[in-house]
Amino acid sequence: MSNLNQSMVEKYRNDFLNEVRANVEEGDWVNMCMQCGVCAGSCPLGPYWEHPPQEIFMMIRAGKREEVLTSTSMWMCTSCYNCIARCPRELPITHIMHGLAHYADRLGLAPKNQPTRKFANKFWDNLTKKGRVNELKLGLALYFMNGFIEGIKVAMANQKLGLNMIKTKRMSPMEIFGGHGVKDTSGLHAILKKAREIELAKAEEFKVQE
Amino acid sequence: MATKEYSFYPGCSSQKGASGSNYQVSVDAMCDVLDIKLNDIPDWNCCSASIGYAGGGELPRMALSARNLALSEQANPEQDVVATCAACWLATRETKERLLHSDSLMKETNEALAAAGLNVEAKQEVRHMVEVLIEDFGYDGLAEHVKKPLEGIKIAGYVGCQTNRPFGIAGESFENPKYLDKLVETMGAEPIDNYDRKVSCCGGALAFSEPEKSQALIKDIIESAYDGGAEMIVTPCPVCQMNVEVYQDQINAKYKTKFNMPVVYYSQLMSVAYGKGVQDSGLNGQVIRAKKLEDIASK
Repeated sequence: MSNLNQSMVEKYRNDFLNEVRANVEEGDWVNMCMQCGVCAGSCPLGPYWEHPPQEIFMMIRAGKREEVLTSTSMWMCTSCYNCIARCPRELPITHIMHGLAHYADRLGLAPKNQPTRKFANKFWDNLTKKGRVNELKLGLALYFMNGFIEGIKVAMANQKLGLNMIKTKRMSPMEIFGGHGVKDTSGLHAILKKAREIELAKAEEFKVQE
Repeated sequence: MATKEYSFYPGCSSQKGASGSNYQVSVDAMCDVLDIKLNDIPDWNCCSASIGYAGGGELPRMALSARNLALSEQANPEQDVVATCAACWLATRETKERLLHSDSLMKETNEALAAAGLNVEAKQEVRHMVEVLIEDFGYDGLAEHVKKPLEGIKIAGYVGCQTNRPFGIAGESFENPKYLDKLVETMGAEPIDNYDRKVSCCGGALAFSEPEKSQALIKDIIESAYDGGAEMIVTPCPVCQMNVEVYQDQINAKYKTKFNMPVVYYSQLMSVAYGKGVQDSGLNGQVIRAKKLEDIASK
């Protein structure tokens, strides 16, 4: 168990709802769900959710910490915002799912081989390095995220696609040598570091309301 | 009419050699005709789109968009911020609204920005390019510049997700927005009726991580365009454009379909209708060539 996870278990005991309120983006809204299931029926990847959003919300209230945080469910969100547009209680469901996924990943509980977990982390690392996305490096990182042999296979399967993109000048092999980025990378990194510090300190200070 | 100026957030995919570079080419051509001047936000950064959440928490992600807004306020204070990418627009507009909604979030964000000597007020409007077209020019105003009407081309207006939800375009419904169809009509082409998958999701970033699940969604989006009699699809979003266009080979191999449907941007339709050539309209950037548009553009 990661140290952070251990300390959260000790801090919140069985009060998973308050743990979510303190640590998960828009977690305060979880209590507002009335279990209608419109979110599940509106999701483009609905059939693939281990537990659809309304079930996740009820599981949080029922204290099913492990089951929620280790689930692949939240990683099915495509960010289409259909659930938000249709939710009769106007819960920011997309944000809560992103928040849960982020928290589960931070605790080391998210399923290791979940492909969107891997890709989303690679995306963040890619964009924060130079401040702008390097699409070539991101694509290569994606191909090789399951190891070298698998990567060669995926790259071969997508060879035509890659060539099409290069041919139409919508991908540049030159991006491998640095590529696009912001000028003030140190400023950008300082902002991100500070933002993370503030966010963690705030979660630390959260007081459980009796 | 005087030149209209905006504080422009181009976004990663618009850059040279990037996946939406042909979108940018056509936007430039369109703006040239409409006398729009786009002033880039100096040293803008990525907004982290909708998939940055695994590595980035709420405040770091918000700080990314806040940095862009802060730089925009410094360089182009009197102008509205305009984005052409759906995800750029969504992330930036959401950040603006959340900062104005919460004093504590504003305070924390500014604490983070101070690490690079920046400060944000989030007062500028954050708009998508299609809002600029519809609201600042209007369909009649846009029609005035048409030199070569796109006569006889049937087009499916694929609106997708992020220009439609959660904010959307003022006056449009989430379930059946009409603005793209109206733009198509304004350019002299024929929008198809009853496009089932008009606001369905293409999988977004999950096209990379979950190709099978996403390609099933994309297949339905294309099939529904064929069912409605469309000859091409038009979209306002670079992720929609790429996902719906470039996987057609792989979908054909898997589902035994024979898809060969061009997918273009609204700005490409407009550039061609406004008399610009194949290159200026970014049509040489199509993986599946839009033959009918090329014919009109080279006439």
